[in-house]
Amino acid sequence: MKTIKVSVVTPDGPVYESEVEMVSTKAQSGELGILPGHIPMVAPLQIGSVRLKNGAKTEYVAVSGGLLEVRPDQVSILAQSAEVSDSIDVERALRAKQRAEERLREQQRAHVDFKRAEMALQRAINRISIAEKR
Amino acid sequence: MASLRDIKSRITSTKKTSQITKAMQMVSAAKMNRAEMNAKAFVPYMTKIQEVTASIAQGSKGVQNPLLTSRPVKKTGYVVISSDRGLAGAYNSNVLRQLFNTIKSRHKSNDEFAIIAIGRVARDFFKKRNMPVILDIIGVPDQPSFAEIKDIASKTVGMFADETFDELFLYYTHYVSAIQLDVTEKKLLPLTDIKSEGKLTSYEFEPSAEEILDVLLPQYAESLIYGALLDSKASEHAARMTAMKNATDNANDLISNLSLVYNRARQAAITQEITEIVGGAAALE
Repeated sequence: MKTIKVSVVTPDGPVYESEVEMVSTKAQSGELGILPGHIPMVAPLQIGSVRLKNGAKTEYVAVSGGLLEVRPDQVSILAQSAEVSDSIDVERALRAKQRAEERLREQQRAHVDFKRAEMALQRAINRISIAEKR
Repeated sequence: MASLRDIKSRITSTKKTSQITKAMQMVSAAKMNRAEMNAKAFVPYMTKIQEVTASIAQGSKGVQNPLLTSRPVKKTGYVVISSDRGLAGAYNSNVLRQLFNTIKSRHKSNDEFAIIAIGRVARDFFKKRNMPVILDIIGVPDQPSFAEIKDIASKTVGMFADETFDELFLYYTHYVSAIQLDVTEKKLLPLTDIKSEGKLTSYEFEPSAEEILDVLLPQYAESLIYGALLDSKASEHAARMTAMKNATDNANDLISNLSLVYNRARQAAITQEITEIVGGAAALE
């Protein structure tokens, strides 16, 4: 089966690099599946998981937003932070989740902080759910 | 002439100092290597995001985004990156002096510019001179991760977007090699000259070019700030390493000079004692 090169890069360095058969992820406009030979495309991503399918094996990468760039032979994901499911620190994600929830409860007033806490909560939940899949 | 004991104690204290500077030199050398590696790890992300941004910005003419449009300049923002601690030779003073002179020559009043300071030295320098420091961050670790700088970077980009200032310059020290560090001025916003070496690809946009630029451009500008910070950190450690190496060398010179003086004084004392004994013996005969 044909494969496509995938790389997930963050400012702190490359996170994932490999050849896979299919990439599926959640763009802001909806779920996206990419197979080898896709036309060049750019799409912003939601906070969520990237599923990388290779034969019978499926790997998960948690991304906090960012951008998906597709070329016929290569997919690059540019995110400000990303983790492969094996390297997620569940403890830390749980703590972050608690913190964000507390903040959401006490801060209905400041709109900006509320939004930030909401984002943090989303990221934490995303990490936890991906860590469960490994 | 100083007494033997005075010289001896000076030698010991200089030796102690040189031990400290030597240790600091080695620590900085290790940190510099790490910083260089961090800067290298960042390169793939930067080239990629540059490629995509250039492709979109040039490939689709007529796309409007506040970060791309130049507007009449009423207020200028300056981001300056320094260290938190001194003992790094001319590292801080070089970048601060250059920015200070630029501001003096470009602006007449404090209303025309605003400073965003990264690092304690820069913050204190400009606060002391009564210049407007609107944002500052101190205590950036030696190996900064993107998450730590994201807050200030996105605030800075946000301030440009809501027209707190109309252009933004970045002042930092570019790391060329361990012995060559260049103070660099870079125009960050508006993004007017996005260039890329890679070939331009024409993309399909999902949902549209405008919405992608909304996500991409702030991310691009923030990563430019982060890149400059990594560069500056490598420079800081290189500067500190060189400064500490010079200090160690000077201490060693001082010690060898003092040892010479000490030995001479000791010899003189011995000679004098012998003369006294011989003189005393001669007087008894």
